Formats: sequence, C-alpha cells, structure tokens
Amino acid sequence: MDLILFLVFAAIAVGCGINLVVQTHPISSALSLIGVMGSLAILYLLLGAEFLAAAQLIVYAGAIMVLFVFVIMLLNAGAERKPASRSYAKLFGVPLLVVFLGLIAYIVQTFLPKTEGVQFGKFTGGGAYEIGIKLFTDYLLPFEIVSVLILVAIFGAIVLARKEID
Amino acid sequence: MLHDWLGPGWSGFHAMNFFLLSLIKSGIVAFVLLTTLAYLQWAERKILAHVQIRVGPRRVGPHGLLQPLADVIKLMTKEDMIPSHVSKLLYLFAPFLAVSMALIPIAVIPFGGQVEVFGVKTWMQLTDLNVGVLFILAVTSVGVYGVALAGWSSNNKYALLGGLRSSAQMISYELPVALALAAPLLLVNTLSLRHIVEGQAGFYLGFIPRWSVFQGPWPQIFSFFLFLIAAFAETNRVPFDLPEAENELVAGFHVEYSSMKFAAFFMAEYANILTACCVGTLVFLGGWQPLLPDSLGGQFIPSIVFGLGGAISIFHGLNPARKLDRYTLPAFGVIFLGIAALFLIPILQAILLPLFWFAAKVGVLLFVFIWVRGTLPRFRYDQLMRFAWTVMFPIAMVNLLITGLLVALTS
Repeated sequence: MDLILFLVFAAIAVGCGINLVVQTHPISSALSLIGVMGSLAILYLLLGAEFLAAAQLIVYAGAIMVLFVFVIMLLNAGAERKPASRSYAKLFGVPLLVVFLGLIAYIVQTFLPKTEGVQFGKFTGGGAYEIGIKLFTDYLLPFEIVSVLILVAIFGAIVLARKEID
Repeated sequence: MLHDWLGPGWSGFHAMNFFLLSLIKSGIVAFVLLTTLAYLQWAERKILAHVQIRVGPRRVGPHGLLQPLADVIKLMTKEDMIPSHVSKLLYLFAPFLAVSMALIPIAVIPFGGQVEVFGVKTWMQLTDLNVGVLFILAVTSVGVYGVALAGWSSNNKYALLGGLRSSAQMISYELPVALALAAPLLLVNTLSLRHIVEGQAGFYLGFIPRWSVFQGPWPQIFSFFLFLIAAFAETNRVPFDLPEAENELVAGFHVEYSSMKFAAFFMAEYANILTACCVGTLVFLGGWQPLLPDSLGGQFIPSIVFGLGGAISIFHGLNPARKLDRYTLPAFGVIFLGIAALFLIPILQAILLPLFWFAAKVGVLLFVFIWVRGTLPRFRYDQLMRFAWTVMFPIAMVNLLITGLLVALTS
C-alpha cells in the first residue's frame, strides 16, 4: 500500500516538475509547481512526518504559491514565445543530459554514507510535539539565527518597496 | 492482499471490519453533510427574509421545505455552457477544486465521543489526525485556488477582479485565523481535534464550562471573536464578500459559470461556512461538551428545547396566522415532541446528547453568519485590507503573547 502510494505520488511530482519547465504559460507553470508541492507533502505524510506535510501545504501551496499566482494574474502575463530550437542544441543536449544524470546517480551511490533509509510507517517522530522539542532544545541556536535572518530579509523588502519620501 | 498492505497486526477479519465501518460512517457523514448544505441555503433564505420582514420561500412544499430539492433540479437541468473565450482546462478544473477542498475537512471533524452501536465501539468521527487543526488550515488554504483560477480562466474583467480580490483577502485573513487558533491550542496543548475537545471537559465551580472561551488562565474570548471575524472574510461572506460584490463586479469570480459548475461554487461556499463553524465550535466552544453538568439537569436541556419548540408550534397551529398553518404547524409540533421524547430514553442519550450539543453550537454560529449577512453593509476594499493588517493582526499577536505568558507562568 505504502509502496503503491509512493510510486503514484512520486510519479505525479516528477510529472508536474517536467510540466513546469515545458509549459509556456506562467499560470500553468505555477500550477505545476503547486502540484509538485502537494505531492511532496503527501510523500512526507507517507514517511510519517505529519507536521512537515501540513506545514508544506500551508506555507508553500497555501501562501507562497498563492502570491505567485496572484502576481501573475495581476500582471496579466501572457504565454511566452518559444525560441526556435536549433538542431545542434538537441543533438548535444540530450546525450549531455543523460551523462549528467548518470554522474549525479553515481555520486549519490558512492559518496553518500550508507545508512539505513527511512522505512514507511517506521518513523514516529514527525508530530508537532517532537519537532517542537527538537527545535527548542537541540537546534535552538540555528532556529533563532534563521528567524533573525528572516527578519533582516523582511526589513530589506520594506526598504526596497517603500516609496521615496521627499 | 489486504493483510499484506496493512502490515502485521491486521487480520483479514479486522481489515474487512475496518473498511466496512469506515464505509458506513463515511456514507452517513456524506449524507448528513449534503443534506445540511442544501437546507442551510433554505435556512439562510428564511432567516434573511424574517430579518427583512418578508416571508421567504413558501411555495414549494410546506414552508418552502422542498425548495432545496427544486433548486437542485433547476441547477441540474439548466444549460451547461462553456463560453468560447475561456481557458478551458482550468475553467473546468476550478469548480471541482473549490468544492472538493471545501468538502474534505469534514473527514477530521469529531461530532461526539466514543459510542457503542450494536456491540461495535467507534468514535463519532471519520478519522483523527494528530495534526487535525493544521490539516484543516492546509486544505482550506488550497481551496483559494478554486476561486482564483475561476476568476482568471474565465477571461473576464469582473471575474478576474473577483479572483484577485479573493486571493488577496484570503491570504491576509489566514494570518489572523492561524494566530487566533494558536492561542486556545496553547491551553489544551494538542493539535488533534478530538483531544482539543477532551481538554475542554469539566466545569469550574460546578457550573461554568471549561470551554476555551471561559478556560483559565486567559479566557479566549478575544481570539474567538477574531476567529469569527476572520472566518467571515475567509468564507467570502458579508460584510467581506468583496470577491462577488454584485454592484461592482456583477457576480465576481463565478460570473461566467452556469448550471452545475455554478452550483459547485455555491456548495463550496456553504461547505466552507460549515467547516468554519465546526472549527469554531471544536476549538472555542468545547465541541460536544454540554453547557450544564448533569447534576444541574444538563441532560434535560435538549428535551426542554424541543418540547418548547413543539408546544409553540402546536399553539400557533391552533391559532393559525395563515390558512395552511392549521395543518403544517401541529405536524411539526408532534415531530418536535417526538424528538424531545427520544432524548429521554437512557440508551439513546449517550449517542444523542453529544450530537445535540455539537449541532446546537454549530447551529448558533451558522445563525450568526446569516444574521450578520442580514444586518451589516459591505466594507470597502481598502478598509478590508487595512482592518486585517492594522487591527486584527496586532490584537491576535498580543492575545497570543499574553496567552503564552500566562500558560507558561501557571503550568
């Protein structure tokens, strides 16, 4: 059951990812990205990380992507024209892509430490309680530093976006 | 096969039982949900009519009770047309997305405690997630796309403006909703809706219920009202129904939709209202916890309410204001008295009392939604946004800080 669900949603995620690049219209690309986010959330859920799955949906699919879609709709961006594809680009591009993917697979296989992978249904530390405990004990300093970083980014956005006062 | 799927600990018999039970429960919940949605619209028209000193629907069936059925037939048999200038795939996908995301949250909402029916013990809830509140927030936040995409794909100025307004409004008001919900969660210390309700059981001094709105150390009255106000905006209701403001935008995001696709948006709106009321009931008003303890006669309240309703109906049936009332009102009176009698049977009490309290609280909140629609004028768009960011957000933040501080000091 877990395996079937994993394969289905992994396939949807990859399919949406490819669609994101292929589509010419910004709205379709944005929607594909939402599809990727949603299927990623379900993959987290399958692994037992319930809190992370809900946060993924709320933050990425529910807030950030709504803003993307909002801006695209507001600017009324049309479909972009595809540049005429050159034949030599296809000739070299496809083999190079295959070689690149093979290299990445090889590196992951050999250099990554051989630890036990997370198994479906075995992991139980994904609730809000466990994550909260971890965040405020083991990872307190990184957590606080990240929040200061985000605050700085917010100030930056305000400074960039404000109107010039004479 | 099933055994392999579900892993060890699941004998085939258990798995079949589990599936059968889930199927029955889902069937009941779906039936009740859809009937409620249909009659919510009848109730809205009736209550609005009485707020405005009209009579409301009363042609189809006694007191217009068959009106929802007539509306469904009307919507289904209308011509289902797709305008030629729309972006077809998204245009068809948007109502589907809106209605499915509006109906999903009912799966995690608990209606009552554990009950035993024909020897089978079960919870009056489809499933309990330990991130239940977040699940509802996540699903409803995805529902925004239904409205936004409908506005965009219709290729119509008014629809686009409606969709834009809706997405901006819903992102803005999600913040106060989340902050207002976070404060009572600090009191009960869990995200599972079932445990949230269980954390509000009991009474102070023997008669003040320990619901979040009354619970110490910091009663959540402020966050309850913040949640309620933000819920009006999240569900696009008056006074925040800018996305479909008729006098500015014709009908807003659904102006190009007809027949069942329009009905899907309509249903999604009502389902969203119902979800908001259920969440408000569960988190702030103690879910199925009674208003009065049994020692003060709490278990007789449903019988008294229904008995009074029946008596009033019969009285008005005997002194009819209209001709037809002579037959319909006594019939309703007898039905109400029968329900009142049902609540006195001890075996049924265990099942019916929690359901009554849950339904009564949700019903009160639904009534408030309709009441406000009949009373308040619409906000202007800039007022709406300013209200969210400069009034609701700071109040919700301060409330959350005070709650956190007091909970930390007293625990």
